[in-house]
Amino acid sequence: MSVSTCPSRPAPGGELPERDTRGLDAADRAIVLATQAGLPLVPDPWGAVGREVGLDGAEVLERMRAMQERGVIRRVAAVPNHYRLGYVANGMTVWDVDDAEVERLGREVAAIEGVSHCYRRPRHLPHWPYNLFAMLHGHSREEVERQAAVLRERLGEACRDHRILYSSRILKKTGLRLSRRAGQA
Amino acid sequence: MHCQAPKNQARDLDTLDRRLIDSYQRGLPVCTRPFHTVAERLGTSEAEVIARLECLQARGVLSRVGPVFDHARAGASLLAAVAVPEAERDAFAELINAAPGVNHNYAREHDYNLWFVMTAPDEPELEARLETLESRLGLPILRLPMLEGFHIDLSFPIPWAELERT
Repeated sequence: MSVSTCPSRPAPGGELPERDTRGLDAADRAIVLATQAGLPLVPDPWGAVGREVGLDGAEVLERMRAMQERGVIRRVAAVPNHYRLGYVANGMTVWDVDDAEVERLGREVAAIEGVSHCYRRPRHLPHWPYNLFAMLHGHSREEVERQAAVLRERLGEACRDHRILYSSRILKKTGLRLSRRAGQA
Repeated sequence: MHCQAPKNQARDLDTLDRRLIDSYQRGLPVCTRPFHTVAERLGTSEAEVIARLECLQARGVLSRVGPVFDHARAGASLLAAVAVPEAERDAFAELINAAPGVNHNYAREHDYNLWFVMTAPDEPELEARLETLESRLGLPILRLPMLEGFHIDLSFPIPWAELERT
């Protein structure tokens, strides 16, 4: 299994390298910027992206495939907004789990119904003792609470404490991932 | 666009809409005419597929049609949290939203009441952005980078029949 670690190694010297730490060159980055908010919905989306970034459509398509092979792009998909489909309750559940067991239990928790993301993150004692995060989605808070009870049971004695943090308001949400550098916008 | 946008739109989606979402939330074909390929598989026309996707996107049922990037490989980012006075929450949220690199910001019910994702082209720039924002807020930012991700598959089967009752 591949394990993503953070922080990744920074680029030496702080200069923008030809090919950055993610293996993206300038043309790849231009494609990411042009597509991260969504593809143009036209018969030839790669050609349309190409006209925006100054490449031909075949090269855009080839680079998209290459980024997908390298894992930079997980998939190209129709991304549903679960909130609009009635999943109106989302609870970020956070768990204080025994370090010796968190990896095994994290994998188990991730497979439980209703869990969309599951991550291990660092504790910051004394204020923040939680090292496992699982995002739950349901039609109501009651449903999220039932899902959390299932997680609680699965974690058993390895879990000392947990909280459910409901989102009371979305204050900003964008799909943007790659920042434009100053002067580039 | 005249599409209405009620909270739960599941019951308003017809069979073709549902098949589009079910079949393609896990991945569209990355080929020369992707919507033509989708249309052939679903037994409809390319123009119909494009029109449906446009409408689903305009109604907010789809947040977008496009690439899903691996956060860890498409730049530096981390989950961050701040405990701000509840009465001044919105003013603090505005400062956070205006900071370069912030791409999600949720109010949550906890002492740490603002949760956002900070992004940057690389790690040193990420830390610099967090420090700048900390001094602007006058509050410490809790840094919660992902250490390990377990099976992250954002797609899950949509129980249409169940959603219709809600």
